[in-house]
Amino acid sequence: MAQDHIAELEAERVDVRADLRRPPRATVGSHRIEEEMFGRAFDKNIVRRIWGFVRPYRTKVYISVAAVLIFTGTQLLIPLIIRYAIDHGIAPGQADRSALMWSAALFLLTIIVNYAASYVQETVVGKMAENVLFDIRRAMFGHLQKVSLSFMDKTEVGRLMSRLQGDVNSMQEFLETSVLSVGDIALLFGIVFVMLWLDFRLGLLTLSVMPVLFIVRIFWLPRARNAFMAAHETNSVANGALAEAIHGVRAIQSMDRQQVNFTLYDDKAFANLQTHLRAARFAQVMVPIVDALTGLAMAVVIVVGGSMVLNERLDIGVMVAFLFYVQRFFDPIRSLTLQYSVMQRAMASGKRLTDVLDVKIDVQDKPDAKVLSPDMDGSVEFRNVVFGYDPRHPVLKDVSFRVNPGETVALVGPTGSGKSSAMALVHRFYDVQQGQVLVGGHDVRDLTQESLGRQVAMVLQEPFLFTGTVFENIRYNKTDATREEVIEASKAVGAHDFIMSLPDGYDTELGERGGNLSLGQRQLISFARALVADAKILVLDEATANIDSYTERQIQKALVRLLQGRTGLVIAHRLATIRGADRIIVLQAGQVVEMGTHAELMAQGGLYSRLYNLNYASFDDIPEAELEASLQGASQT
Amino acid sequence: MSSDAIGSAMKPRNSLAHVEAAGWGRGLGTLMRITRMTLRHPWQVAIAIVSTVIAATLQLLIPQLLGQAVDQTQIAFAGGEAGAAAERALMISALLLLGVSTLRGLFTMAQNYFAEAVGHHIAYELRLACYEKIQRLSFSFHDQVHSGDLITIGMLDLEGVRMFFSTGLVRAVLLSMLIGIGAYLLISTDVVLGLLALSFAPFVAWRSSVTRLRLRATWLELQERLSVLSRVMEENLGGIRVVRAFAAQAYEMLKFDRASKSALELAHERVGLRVRNTSAMTFSFFLAMGLVLLVGGNKVIAGEISVGRLTTFLTFMTILQMPVRQIGLMVNSFARASTCGSRLFGLLDLDVAIKDAPDAKPLEITDGTLRFENVSFAYPGAEERPILRNISFEARKGETIGIVGPPGSGKSTLAHLIPRFYDVTGGRITLDGQDLRKVTLASLRKAVAVVQQDAFLFTTTIENNIAYGDPWAHERRIERASESAQLHNYVLGLPAGYKTVVGERGVSLSGGQRQRLAIARTMMLRPSVIVFDDSTAAIDAATEQRIRAATRQFAKDRVTIIIAHRLSSLMHADQILFIEGGEVVERGTHEELLAKGGRYKALYDLQVRPGEEPLEQVGEAG
Repeated sequence: MAQDHIAELEAERVDVRADLRRPPRATVGSHRIEEEMFGRAFDKNIVRRIWGFVRPYRTKVYISVAAVLIFTGTQLLIPLIIRYAIDHGIAPGQADRSALMWSAALFLLTIIVNYAASYVQETVVGKMAENVLFDIRRAMFGHLQKVSLSFMDKTEVGRLMSRLQGDVNSMQEFLETSVLSVGDIALLFGIVFVMLWLDFRLGLLTLSVMPVLFIVRIFWLPRARNAFMAAHETNSVANGALAEAIHGVRAIQSMDRQQVNFTLYDDKAFANLQTHLRAARFAQVMVPIVDALTGLAMAVVIVVGGSMVLNERLDIGVMVAFLFYVQRFFDPIRSLTLQYSVMQRAMASGKRLTDVLDVKIDVQDKPDAKVLSPDMDGSVEFRNVVFGYDPRHPVLKDVSFRVNPGETVALVGPTGSGKSSAMALVHRFYDVQQGQVLVGGHDVRDLTQESLGRQVAMVLQEPFLFTGTVFENIRYNKTDATREEVIEASKAVGAHDFIMSLPDGYDTELGERGGNLSLGQRQLISFARALVADAKILVLDEATANIDSYTERQIQKALVRLLQGRTGLVIAHRLATIRGADRIIVLQAGQVVEMGTHAELMAQGGLYSRLYNLNYASFDDIPEAELEASLQGASQT
Repeated sequence: MSSDAIGSAMKPRNSLAHVEAAGWGRGLGTLMRITRMTLRHPWQVAIAIVSTVIAATLQLLIPQLLGQAVDQTQIAFAGGEAGAAAERALMISALLLLGVSTLRGLFTMAQNYFAEAVGHHIAYELRLACYEKIQRLSFSFHDQVHSGDLITIGMLDLEGVRMFFSTGLVRAVLLSMLIGIGAYLLISTDVVLGLLALSFAPFVAWRSSVTRLRLRATWLELQERLSVLSRVMEENLGGIRVVRAFAAQAYEMLKFDRASKSALELAHERVGLRVRNTSAMTFSFFLAMGLVLLVGGNKVIAGEISVGRLTTFLTFMTILQMPVRQIGLMVNSFARASTCGSRLFGLLDLDVAIKDAPDAKPLEITDGTLRFENVSFAYPGAEERPILRNISFEARKGETIGIVGPPGSGKSTLAHLIPRFYDVTGGRITLDGQDLRKVTLASLRKAVAVVQQDAFLFTTTIENNIAYGDPWAHERRIERASESAQLHNYVLGLPAGYKTVVGERGVSLSGGQRQRLAIARTMMLRPSVIVFDDSTAAIDAATEQRIRAATRQFAKDRVTIIIAHRLSSLMHADQILFIEGGEVVERGTHEELLAKGGRYKALYDLQVRPGEEPLEQVGEAG
């Protein structure tokens, strides 16, 4: 042994020498798997779905489109009025004060209309887009309340949250810009039309520079977008690494990794700097191009227009109007190309949103579903239940048992035996494939889920608390529970004392998921919550985590109180709980293998007695090897 | 987080609160400090500023050239010698216009690019400083500050500071050039017309500044309300089983609607605020333009000015409209940089409570003896409530010390004192006679390892997680550590073995697997003192026994301290300390303590249920 040890150390030393030339086995942050950011610019199905959300506001859409067109019209009109004023009121030779006054009056009228139209359009569109955003989010959230738990089990919360936030926001952006796009397209065509109308030849010549910008932007857009995406990505990588350092700071300091991490982070931060500089170059390179083209267009107007004025083929006012139009000329092109990206992003988001909205709802109330009366007897019965998350691999195979009113039954069995699934079926989290689950004598599929939930209280293995006060957490869905009831329940489960020692007693705000309480304390609060719910039936999954012996004793006592006068179905891990039950059901590989009181099962000498005789304080402490041996023994008998 | 830390978590979390309440004077100091930071890139700053000045000048030339061109056209139209000259001049004006436009574009590009580059460079420097600071700040700081607040500082506040140079300073130069010189040119050409043309500016500048600041305030408020909304959604989805179990969907929808409605109302209010502002600004601008047209037109008729002059005025106005509106953005940038900056610098300027003493020497391990001498401890700010009082014990190489006691007795705190996560407030801790506060932190943390109760998993491979403290370690060592921690077989069963990514974005491990990983990770460090801080609570008793057996060799060369509430974890210790209320109330071996019939015995009886075999034998069976 000692020899080996020395040899190992020697080998290690050789390794270390070689290792110094190797890069370290270390990273900071994780590279995010980005979701597809851009979709096709236009997807009929998705647009139709989005329209479904916009429909209730369609009058507003029509109003705002009308307003945006009027707004664009007034913008086009202003240079024309100036032109009129110059040519008919001011220009030497044509001086006419009344024409000037008329122009001024018309100008005033135009800008009032402009003001009104822009006000209406922006307010209506802005509020409509916000409404649609909140509607979509509500629809998704509401849908997620109903979809089957197997979908929720498979899907990360973070992923759903990014749907509910990021994707929904890009829909809002899309709605706002689509109305603006209408205005931009109108402005673009309007300018082209007015210029050609004012003077066809000069218009055509001036407009000839426009395609240059189009072509340049077509080449520029995909490259620039890559650069922008890269910047976006390195940014989230660097931020991810920072977040990791914040959350893992205790582990980092205790393993003295600061130096290595700093070097690694520097690489990421530097990459971020580089991609941002590159993105900035791409963004800025368009500026001189647009300016040069504007200058070129103005030069054309002056040279060609000027000579036309000299030849008396053009009024000087028209030339001035042209100069005004040229200066506005590139704005719509610029914003339209940006809106194209917004559209593509919206389609990708829309696809993800509809994916969530289209998840099928498996468990639904029947149209004639009955309300489970609080006066029902409180019995639970499984009749030949077959169930599996994947129908080809049933987790429960032909399970039948009955829990009589007021009785406490402990479900025991090794991991994967189907205990948790059986518990979920009582609550109709899933529907059985065959057989029936009856509560109070009714098939759970014939009852409303709401009334079933009110009569079956559930305590989960991991206590889950919500942000809010202790009081709100205990009362939870039983909103008519009084303060006295809450306090009484807390006293009954032994939570009152520690709640009172919190800074604000029952009004203490709990941190995220009750982070400022210990596991045992959270457990007790979840017991109080179940007690306040005052249901006829209690389904409880005992915690497996090791809680200190002091709290644990309190939990055991609370459990007894909780089960008083109720039908109890307990997934039990601790021997004390198991022995306290009226009856024990032993599950193995989805089947009931033994059933009876503790004494009966011990006398039977089956799996239960074998497990019990191994003498572990909890069935979960049994090492796999011994468990394996017991199971084999059971199957042989 | 250990049960001991719960007390401290209840304390107010906002030690950064004082920074947020920064006054005006402090805000100004912050802006100066950001400005000084930008000066570390003098060339880029110089290019940005010079380009800005040139670009603004060129832009101001354009209306002049346009007006000139219109006048030249008219003169040429009049014919004659002057006309012919004007025709040539017209050509030159056109070329000048093209040249000036192009140059202006190029300088604007330089201005924007270099202004942004300066921002990105200081952002890079601040990022590194922030990261380093956060890594170094001691546990007591991280206990009190919400991680979300630190993330906000490191991400959003940093952005606010980054944007200051381009959207604040450079824009200020540009705007004052354009507006100042523009106003001068206009007024010097024609006082009445100039004043008319500028009449919209004060109104718009004021409106846009006020509105921007209000939009910012409401934006912050909206973020607040939206974060309430996302919390409602996140908790609902995370606790969906509870929601379904209590049939609380309707209640949850109500919560959602309440949060959603409050955010929507504010969002609507913001739309109104924004729109009223932009519409009013546009209207006042056009109104001024109409007045210029009317009054200027009359002047042209009266022969006081030319049509070209009038065109100059009108074009000037279009050029000035944008910068005047941007005054609001500039004011906003100043406000944002000053609040964001004071928060960010507030963090960077924090004193690190636990650091090397000026004369700190590397720790020298000879015998490997750990000694607590009358150690007392209280959390900062709670000195009147000491967590530990007069703790003394000694542990030699190869010895195991067990520490047990009710929740909140100070066990975990004791563990945190040895690697100096916190400093003792009384007495001293020594390793081979050296006071821990007099040796370098790096050498101390190499010598002392704590296996935490809730092991943090980094989102990377299992291999990298195990080798976290020794990234150059050889594969063989990683596997050996993993074998000792009884993790190896589980890892081999994973699809990618040791290359499987775990953590937040990877495969999630159970509590027991995480604790086993933490043990393997600590074994990689080869410390002189190893502390198990309730780090086997989620591991079943039998596996724990196997880990103990496998690490027996490892334990021979070091001091082992085991903190646990499961007595089978520590009953073989050479010495067991029973701690209550921060004091050692009983000490001795398992047998001695049982014979004593005190608190340890009471706890033992509590754990061994009547009618069952004693736990000891259970342990042996594994």
